[in-house]
Amino acid sequence: MIKKTVANVQQALHGVKDGMTFMLGGFGLCGIPENAIAELVRLGIKDITCISNNAGVDDFGLGLLLQKHQIKKMISSYVGENDEFERQMLSGELEVELTPQGTLAEKCRAAQAGFPAFYTPAGYGTEVAEGKETREFDGKMYVLEPAFKADFSFVKAWKGDEAGNLIFKGTARNFNPCMCGAATITVAEVEELLPAGSLDPNEIHIPGIFVQRIFQGEKYEKRIEQRTVRPII
Amino acid sequence: MLDKNGIAKRIAKEVKDGYYVNLGIGIPTLVANFVRDDISVEFQSENGVLGMGPFPFEGDEDPDIINAGKQTITTLPGASFFDSATSFAMIRGKHVHLTILGAMEVSENGDIANWKIPGKMVKGMGGAMDLVASAENIIVAMMHTNRDGESKLLKRCTLPLTGVGCVKKIVTNLAVLEVTEDGFKLLERAPGVSVDVIVKATEGKLIVEGEIPEMNI
Repeated sequence: MIKKTVANVQQALHGVKDGMTFMLGGFGLCGIPENAIAELVRLGIKDITCISNNAGVDDFGLGLLLQKHQIKKMISSYVGENDEFERQMLSGELEVELTPQGTLAEKCRAAQAGFPAFYTPAGYGTEVAEGKETREFDGKMYVLEPAFKADFSFVKAWKGDEAGNLIFKGTARNFNPCMCGAATITVAEVEELLPAGSLDPNEIHIPGIFVQRIFQGEKYEKRIEQRTVRPII
Repeated sequence: MLDKNGIAKRIAKEVKDGYYVNLGIGIPTLVANFVRDDISVEFQSENGVLGMGPFPFEGDEDPDIINAGKQTITTLPGASFFDSATSFAMIRGKHVHLTILGAMEVSENGDIANWKIPGKMVKGMGGAMDLVASAENIIVAMMHTNRDGESKLLKRCTLPLTGVGCVKKIVTNLAVLEVTEDGFKLLERAPGVSVDVIVKATEGKLIVEGEIPEMNI
């Protein structure tokens, strides 16, 4: 067994520097690497490019990095619900590259799987395709999209073991598996870190080969963005 | 004239037994409330769930189980969770049978604009571009005109596009229309709405052939 465990979040983030590109899992605030984000805030590194479907809310998730002006560029599909984000974007402090959600996921997966680029129909004929190579297959038009390149991936799983194997829970899975192995170093934080052999190999979502460092997160707030309930009739 | 629930109710009739369906935010979300309960349908949410159920009862909310609108949800028996790349493989690979989404503008050749108003805050396209570029069967739920009474069914979209030539059917507060090679074809009128009213509210080319029946909802 090749051991991937590190003692804490400080060791897990060893080597992060100003100007790097990071992938961060999560959809809204669901399944975000809360402990890695908190440590990035503490380290105060600057000029980061973040690849993440969303940009958090004002006081949580990537919003915490925005507050400290640590992010230079966001690559996302949807960035609503964040006033500070809007302010920085409109004032030109923050660069934003909007990418269709399926394309964003596939640009991660392509990096993980060793594809330099892929063709997708998403965005053909729109401003997203401007300046990009297009090609016809079977009478339909497609846009060539390159794989992402990133220095670190920060992902969050439910359970993991010493070998770096991961299991996700519910829709907290989202972009996390696609980002494993898609950057030079993948850092996984888990709610529960178990000895090797504790997880059934049949149940593993992401094999440890895609993960370089794994640690148990100190705490998880798991904030709900839109609490919606059904009336009791 | 229909209200938002009326539009959702009419669209629900397009949902057939055995369909996997993706519902957008807004009126499309309401469609789930009106689907017949004697047919088998599964709702997909692009953040990674198939077999979505209703909102949870108070106290049962799980922060790890949400829909694409970031709302807490439940799952039904037979449900599954998956990652975002797999989710869009379902969409791009045409495994999802029907996509229902809102629009700001639709043109007579089936172009759709629903993600960006220049000069206003840009929030992003989310999964809309992937959905409209891939789905075989797209139904748009929208108001026929804007607040100033101007048509949203146009010759050409004025707003930045989400996709080209992709819309097949439109259900508005006034009518059901099909997008054909020759323009918008009027299929049904909303209860109490005359063909004349629909003609006046449609800027794009409108094809009216024979007697136009009233919607049965």
